[in-house]
Amino acid sequence: MGSAIWAVAELADGAPTRLSLELATLARTLAEAMGAEATTVLVAPGAAAAAPALAQHGPGVLAVDTAASEGLAVAAVVSARVATLAAERGPAWILCGASPDGKDVAGQLAALLDWPVLVNGAAVRWQDGAPLVEMSIFGGRLVTESRPTASPAIIVVRPGAIAAEEAPEPGPIEAVEVAPGRELPAVRIVERVAEAAAAASIEEARIIVAGGRGVGGPEGFAVIEDLADALGGAVGATRAVVDAGWISYSQQIGQTGKIVKPALYVACGISGAIQHKVGMQTSGTIVAINRDPDAPIVEFADLVVIGDLFEIAPRLAAAVRARKA
Amino acid sequence: MRIVVLLKAVPIVGTERLLDAFRVDRGSGLEANGNDEYVLEAALQLTEQHGGEVTLLTMGPAGALEALRKGLAMGAARAVHVQDDAVAGSDARGTVRVLAAALGRLEYDLVFAGADSSDGLGGVVPAWLAARLGLPYLSYAARIEPGPGGATVRVRRISPTGFDLLEAPMPALVMGTQLLGEPRYPSLRGIMQARTKEIATWSLADCGLQPAGVGLAAAASEVVGATAPPPRGGATIVRDQPDAAVTQIVDLLASRRLV
Repeated sequence: MGSAIWAVAELADGAPTRLSLELATLARTLAEAMGAEATTVLVAPGAAAAAPALAQHGPGVLAVDTAASEGLAVAAVVSARVATLAAERGPAWILCGASPDGKDVAGQLAALLDWPVLVNGAAVRWQDGAPLVEMSIFGGRLVTESRPTASPAIIVVRPGAIAAEEAPEPGPIEAVEVAPGRELPAVRIVERVAEAAAAASIEEARIIVAGGRGVGGPEGFAVIEDLADALGGAVGATRAVVDAGWISYSQQIGQTGKIVKPALYVACGISGAIQHKVGMQTSGTIVAINRDPDAPIVEFADLVVIGDLFEIAPRLAAAVRARKA
Repeated sequence: MRIVVLLKAVPIVGTERLLDAFRVDRGSGLEANGNDEYVLEAALQLTEQHGGEVTLLTMGPAGALEALRKGLAMGAARAVHVQDDAVAGSDARGTVRVLAAALGRLEYDLVFAGADSSDGLGGVVPAWLAARLGLPYLSYAARIEPGPGGATVRVRRISPTGFDLLEAPMPALVMGTQLLGEPRYPSLRGIMQARTKEIATWSLADCGLQPAGVGLAAAASEVVGATAPPPRGGATIVRDQPDAAVTQIVDLLASRRLV
């Protein structure tokens, strides 16, 4: 095996996700420390058109167009092709994002290549000739450091492990055609159903404004959405309000929802129960607005405003807009 | 419809701790992983509506028994517990090897697994296992139902705007989420019936595996350190009137370049 490091990218609406740009940046910085090559692999319909945005972050891009595989579940299409490329070109490390498709790809790649996987990477740095992977475990109560005992290996990286940053020189783009060495069983997409306008992705967001029971009902989320809009952020929620049907599951943060690490987390009417805390407590700055001064969230927020969120959130939105204007 | 539900017994959320050599304490206080209970509920409903039986499969220490008993009390027909000192400390690859071998000794139309476990947060085992077994893999399910004709399975997979309706022939492996619906509580009758249900305990040898390739010694990574992150909190508490409180929030955000 060589010493190159690869990142597997994915697209949303034709453009690389923020997580993919972070992975490309991480691959470049690790490759610099290793003295090796970094490559981003993009397997998607229209890959070549989206490749320049990835190349600007430094690594070379292998673009594999899969227009012919539209109508099939994505992960199996991607992993079979990345596995073939990896077998041909022999990278030492492959970074995958901890998104739904990214984790599916990581598991399938592991099976196809028979490589091990380090999961749940919150940060990765190069140390003593190997990647050192930080993992936040037990809901953020502990940070462990792990390293692979041998190469090659797959490393799954969470959003926010590194800030996406363009490189002084863009990497080269190579469009390649790949016949998968071994196809995985195909899963057909019978129908794509849109139920709502796509809400801003909480995994991709730098700022999240989240609502809990204190929001009172589905109509109360208008205040949360407005504050998120003012701050340029996404809307998050607790499990209780998702279960109550006030907002969709895609916005749920916590143990059975998503784990997020935004720069700013504004918790409105959220008590901060352990099941929610595990999904957000590594956020950069946590601001809580809550009536209850004894709520658990007081113990891990940076700023707590005791008061009525319906009085405070609209004023905060107005103040933020006034500042930006 | 014969469904095998993969159930992981995890340390009770909030009580997890590491032992010496950075190993997770699995000796006490285990519960069924939250996401696994959602797929178990879906499996029970499917077999109630379309016939068939649910088998639970877990790999874990003696303490996993309680989670299996609860699953049996909810309505699963039987359970298989792969319990062997040699599997302790297995990483995802070791886990996949053991589960694949155990599934090779069971008959099924569908295998169900929950999304991420609360202890590892990896979420890669279901995809890995499906690819290893050559099963179609349908993930992030919000609903699971038989396809037209009955030889296929259909899954609503969560998408950013709604869902993708996926279909694949059985046998297949389905990974599911909380959207499958709240798991039932075991009834008293269910608890009584569970006492007579079979829990088979299989060793590695029963699965046809050698200890090499599983367990801590075969893990592909080593934990070299664990630290508690700097404590959060010491929060500034603001009890001012709304306008003054908002000024304090904006000042904080401005000082941290967040607005």
